[in-house]
Amino acid sequence: MALIAFYILSTVVVLAALFVVAARNPVHSVLWLILTFFTSAGLLVLIGAEFLAMLLVVVYVGAVAVLFLFVVMMLDIDFVALKQGFQNYLVVGLLVALALLAEIGIVAAAATFGGGETFQPSPGAATNAEALSKVLYTDYLLLFQMSGIVLLVAMMGAIVLTLRSRPTVKRQNIAEQVGRKRKDAVELKDVRPGQGI
Amino acid sequence: MAGAELTLGHYLAVSAALFTIGVFGIFVNRKNIIVILMSIELILLSVNLNLVAFSVFNGTIMGQVFAMLVLTVAAAEAAVGLAILVVYFRNRGEIAVEDVNVLRG
Repeated sequence: MALIAFYILSTVVVLAALFVVAARNPVHSVLWLILTFFTSAGLLVLIGAEFLAMLLVVVYVGAVAVLFLFVVMMLDIDFVALKQGFQNYLVVGLLVALALLAEIGIVAAAATFGGGETFQPSPGAATNAEALSKVLYTDYLLLFQMSGIVLLVAMMGAIVLTLRSRPTVKRQNIAEQVGRKRKDAVELKDVRPGQGI
Repeated sequence: MAGAELTLGHYLAVSAALFTIGVFGIFVNRKNIIVILMSIELILLSVNLNLVAFSVFNGTIMGQVFAMLVLTVAAAEAAVGLAILVVYFRNRGEIAVEDVNVLRG
């Protein structure tokens, strides 16, 4: 039963991944990418790695794919022109891809799989998430903190890159507004009759 | 593939196919940097699948921790890459990456 589900899911994953690179419209590419991520989350659920599967859905489908979609739709690009070289690179790309696949296949065939495999999605704990959290905050605390720093640096980098200050645009300066005193704003003028200020 | 049960080999095969498709995508979409970034995401996904499969079938949780780290790096890379893309588009008005040779001496 699990095998049938695996074959269905893996077929969908591979086909969706192919459509990601072959689709003419990048918006369709992003949608295929979402399907790829979602289905591979299903593959992970199949072997009991539920926490990583949910993380895949949340991070990839929820954040990365939406970010891609946002950028693709924001930029006004002539997508037909971008697809021009597809035929030229097809042969080279196919050759490289086949060579890679053959190499991976050779290595996989040379290595001896099967035997000694223990199917354990959550060693030493009741659930997968529990097993992960048991080591994540103890043995791999430094790794965990470092991934936080990576995210922080990436966030700051993205903000610094895309932030632009245009001098022609008037902006509200809250500190200046709040710090304004009465004597800065109002002035009493003694106006004589018949004369201007 | 011994018998009718799920083995490590099944997952490694899917992962290898995903990896190859990712590299293939980088090669055929030389002009379109958005699809190149998506191909990189595919490659990272295949790495994740590999890590989790090894972790589950060998009974060690370590692989899943590393898969989380790869996930973090993938998200960070997508954010910074797309930010660079937005800045590039703002400066040039197009995103054909074949023309990116300003820094070439």
